[in-house]
Amino acid sequence: MWRIFFAPKSMKEKAKILDQEGINRAIMRIAHEIIEKNKGTTELCVIGIRNRGVYIALRLAECIKKIEGKEIATGALDITLYRDDLALASGQPLVRKTEIDFDINNKNLVLVDDVLYTGRTIRAALDALIDFGRPKSIQLAVLVDRGHRELPIRADFVGKNIPTSKKESVEVHLQESDGSDEVLIAEKE
Amino acid sequence: MFWTKKDLLGLEYLTQEEIELILDTADSFKEVSTREIKKVPALRGKTAVNLFYEPSTRTRVSFEVAAKRLSADVINIATETSSVRKGETLIDTGKNIQALKADIIIMRHNCSGAANMLARALDISVVNAGDGWHEHPTQALLDIFTLKEKLGKIKGLNVTIVGDIAHSRVARSNIWGLTKLGANVTVCAPEMLLPVGIEKTGVRASSSIDEALKNADAVNVLRMQFERDEGAAFPEQLDYFKRFGITGERLAKAKKDIVVMHPGPINRGIEMSSEVADGANSVILEQVTNGIAVRMAVLFLVAQAREAKT
Repeated sequence: MWRIFFAPKSMKEKAKILDQEGINRAIMRIAHEIIEKNKGTTELCVIGIRNRGVYIALRLAECIKKIEGKEIATGALDITLYRDDLALASGQPLVRKTEIDFDINNKNLVLVDDVLYTGRTIRAALDALIDFGRPKSIQLAVLVDRGHRELPIRADFVGKNIPTSKKESVEVHLQESDGSDEVLIAEKE
Repeated sequence: MFWTKKDLLGLEYLTQEEIELILDTADSFKEVSTREIKKVPALRGKTAVNLFYEPSTRTRVSFEVAAKRLSADVINIATETSSVRKGETLIDTGKNIQALKADIIIMRHNCSGAANMLARALDISVVNAGDGWHEHPTQALLDIFTLKEKLGKIKGLNVTIVGDIAHSRVARSNIWGLTKLGANVTVCAPEMLLPVGIEKTGVRASSSIDEALKNADAVNVLRMQFERDEGAAFPEQLDYFKRFGITGERLAKAKKDIVVMHPGPINRGIEMSSEVADGANSVILEQVTNGIAVRMAVLFLVAQAREAKT
């Protein structure tokens, strides 16, 4: 009774889709798939999209190191300045740092994000990456693919496919940013 | 924290949080200038107009570079060759620029308060690039940004500003910004150039350079504008150097890692010796580089604020 009374409307009915172990296994599997597809780690690098994509990218690099025993270059990309809705009256996004301290020319670059939804973030990220050079290939890895694409974009590596309705929201929580590892699905208000 | 102001007129009008938002945004923008392609599409399709009623190369060029790295189109209006010469008023000029559907006016003017007046009269953004003796907010922001980058914080720092405090908009903006962020500011100038009652702004005044440099974490050396020489009140150049010039000898008595700043252009041998200007403590050229990031942040924020409003 009290819970119902106080529960914020936007937070009702959360279901846990992935727990910590599930996330770890998904990331480890993606790491194996990346190595398999690229036949090793030569010229391989991972770049995460801010915010949570960066943490997943770092974990992927860690897993790849465990498997192959080799360090791969990692970077962080902020796509705010490339957003297609920047000119719309949708408030004001915070511009965060892009940190790519290595040459991406001729690299096999794995772009990493937490959730793949409309594909607009990835479109912006592709535009941003091209300003840094000409990678040999760009592959996309996501922890969750929830469908509802608005652009012709697909992921090469997916942790978990979660069919959702547009009324639902998918929340990825990571230790590094949220203090716990879990993927939740909730009904939006 | 959102940016809500369509204009940047001075640091007097900003909160601590707003100043910090500009500094944090500038920190993110700094990386853009290190890329192979030094450009982001954030202000694509926007037009910025540089309207300069006073000669300026470095500020104008810095704003132009900043706007272009954001993909805005930039138009420079030099008032000596424009209809201002035919007697057009400032507000009429501004309204004409607005009617051209420009988005941002970046203005330098010799009258204090000119930017505030223009901003009130127009719907488009106005960025103050220096107005009379009033404010030069982006210069102070880039000074503070550079200090923060060098020393990691602003709160609790001892910052000394040396030079013509009375007539300096750079000093005024720095005093507002630094005190809001919690620095201890000392101003140092010949008695003639220290405004009466300056302590009311929360700063300490001194007319002894050695005393003002003692314990200072940073010294911001202002340009002495001898071209605006106002006769008797102004010191002689050599005399000024002897009493207030920053020399290696004077720095040797200060903190070892003291940061030396100057807004440029430097009068070598008047405000500071070449030894200091080119020395290890000097961050003068880093200030120039940081100026681009800070101005990119300001242009981005005022352009976004305008859109959030309309």
